[in-house]
Amino acid sequence: MYRITIEQTSYAFPDLKALMAKATPIRSGDQLAGIAAKSMEEHVAAQMCLADVPLRRFLEEPLIDYDKDEVTRLIIDSHDAQAFQPISSLTVGEFRNWILNDHTTTAMLSAAAPGITPEMAAAVSKIMRNQDLVLAAQKCHVETAFRDTIGLKGCMASRLQPNSPTDDLKGIAASIIDGLMYGCGDAVIGINPASDSLPLLIEMEKMLDGIISGYDIPTQSCVLSHITTGIEMINRGAPLDLLFQSIAGTEKANAGFGINLKLLDEGYEAVKSLHRGTLGDNCMYFETGQGSALSSDANFGVDEQTCEARCYAVARRYHPLLVNTVVGFIGPEYLYDGKQITRAGLEDHFCGKLMGVPMGCDICYTNHAEADQDDMDNLLLLLGVAGVNYVMGIPGADDIMLGYQSTSFHDIIATRKMLGKKPAPEFEKWLEDMKLFNRDGRILQASPTHALMKLVS
Amino acid sequence: METEISIRTQHLEENDCWAWLRQFTDARIALGRTGSSVLTDDYLKFRLAHARARDSIKMPFDARRVAEDLHRLGLTSFEVDSKAGNRETFITRPDLGRRLSDESRARLKAMHYPGCDVLLVIADGLSSKAVHKQAVPLVEHLQPYLRDLRLSLGPIVLAHQSRVALADDIAELMHAKLVAILIGERPGLSSPDSLSVYMTYKPYFGRMESERNCISNIRPEGLNYDAAAFKLTWLIANAFDRRVSGTALKDESDDPAKYGKLADLRKKYYHEIPMVHKTALRIAIG
Repeated sequence: MYRITIEQTSYAFPDLKALMAKATPIRSGDQLAGIAAKSMEEHVAAQMCLADVPLRRFLEEPLIDYDKDEVTRLIIDSHDAQAFQPISSLTVGEFRNWILNDHTTTAMLSAAAPGITPEMAAAVSKIMRNQDLVLAAQKCHVETAFRDTIGLKGCMASRLQPNSPTDDLKGIAASIIDGLMYGCGDAVIGINPASDSLPLLIEMEKMLDGIISGYDIPTQSCVLSHITTGIEMINRGAPLDLLFQSIAGTEKANAGFGINLKLLDEGYEAVKSLHRGTLGDNCMYFETGQGSALSSDANFGVDEQTCEARCYAVARRYHPLLVNTVVGFIGPEYLYDGKQITRAGLEDHFCGKLMGVPMGCDICYTNHAEADQDDMDNLLLLLGVAGVNYVMGIPGADDIMLGYQSTSFHDIIATRKMLGKKPAPEFEKWLEDMKLFNRDGRILQASPTHALMKLVS
Repeated sequence: METEISIRTQHLEENDCWAWLRQFTDARIALGRTGSSVLTDDYLKFRLAHARARDSIKMPFDARRVAEDLHRLGLTSFEVDSKAGNRETFITRPDLGRRLSDESRARLKAMHYPGCDVLLVIADGLSSKAVHKQAVPLVEHLQPYLRDLRLSLGPIVLAHQSRVALADDIAELMHAKLVAILIGERPGLSSPDSLSVYMTYKPYFGRMESERNCISNIRPEGLNYDAAAFKLTWLIANAFDRRVSGTALKDESDDPAKYGKLADLRKKYYHEIPMVHKTALRIAIG
């Protein structure tokens, strides 16, 4: 039981899980689950109570039963006690102060990362303002590499997302040209296929491989399909760079996705054995998003932001090149409006980075959410300042296959310009060599006979 | 000293010279720019598309009209409601959209429906516009395929304020061996009227998402009716054949080695489907 008395009113929370849920800034998903604070005062009381909880407590009281959930077992069994030692005496409130203090350096945060569990990260984020989440994330550094380097200070990469509702290869290639012309695609050129038909997906992998090797582009490809499909593609000899999977924060929610840790282990071993990276061997790509556990009735009374942070424990086991939260994709029943989407994007990015995960963000919304492109502009700037590893680049911000809006190629160059950010260095050099951008990173007018045009004939 | 302003056309817009690529995709490519920003026209067109998508979510489901069109195809249908009741509740309470209302549940139970091989549910989901436009033509294209599979089809259920999993709740009460729900997708900017089908073998309430197969983007500009009908038929036949659906049943309907490209659909259909349906038939009987 956790208790706090504020003046004459006492508040009691039966367990850590309930305390965490009530301390979470209000969002529709927790209300849907019936675990949100009932009043604003109760919410703040829970935050105050949570601030006094020692970080150690999270190792003693797992929010989801150790015996019933393999993600909990992963979190507890892989916890690095040595990395945790320096912060082990802190409360959640002191942890916030320590993170934000100027004496706490990037190197110290990186050293502590393996000792920070998802629940600790989620807890501290719940008592942080948006500004804190930006400031703290900016100090974290998580760098990965495959054919280029993602996550360097001063860089903001992008995934080129050239989806086609009919999986039309020429249409996909046309969007790829458009994105490359705008300096996008350094994180990955990644297609969400409409179909899950194997022969077609293999054809897509071959096309992407042909483009990347044909123009010598320092980037990697991914066809985002279920991991069993990815493994099957590897078995059939497809030129697959990154193995993709959507992941969730509980064993049951992962079962809803048709996966478990054993299957992820198997996929990781398969893709690692291909050795297709030239600069590094980070070869997994994961997507997450608040609300996924609840949507498959697998949250066990844990709030959606904490469930999301637990995904990062799953992700970091596989040293991924890219992890992104698809923050507004799930819809208004989990994140109601622009304000909730913004908050969630900042929390996810911060929690992931604090745990040493290479976070990107699909800054997005669906048409049934109370949000619009102005909200995306705001979050893109905030995450840009926070040092997000990569964001999405989609023609005109409109994904015509998935039917939602994200950030556009234009948004990428505008944000890089406003914040003085660069693409991944290897990719930046390629853009210059291809005469698409000048030395100062300014976009150039391409000629109609540019070599890239031959990509579609 | 005064600053002189001279305005040239190239200072108002910088065109992308690959506009010819637009013939290959509906994606918003080759928009051109001014500096790093989209041009005024494109910005406003985007706002218009968003406004239309927002409006289409609020459009009510005209189940009566759909029922009349199905009747013309010789198909009977009836309506059910989820627990969600209205649009606002439907949006924020997906749990209620997955369960039948007490009244609909009582009515289904009272039917004492003896069961069927395939049950089709047509549901509003997030776009009634999609259902109004695409559902009946898809059913029409599906009819000959299903006849060929010799599988029995139940009456068509029209569901209001329905999420995908409502189909499980309905199918369980109607003792269907397989259910396919035709449901309005959440509207995209360029496609406010796209339909999806989710197919579940041995449906019951509590089935997981990974136990369904999905066909999305069904509309003339996306996956056309005939292609979608063929895909669904392939999945139905193979679900009966292998007694499973979802991630355990990979969609290989485009594998030229097995069933031909969708472009050759008609030709291949006559050659290949009978082979499939013989197995399906065997299982349906045996």
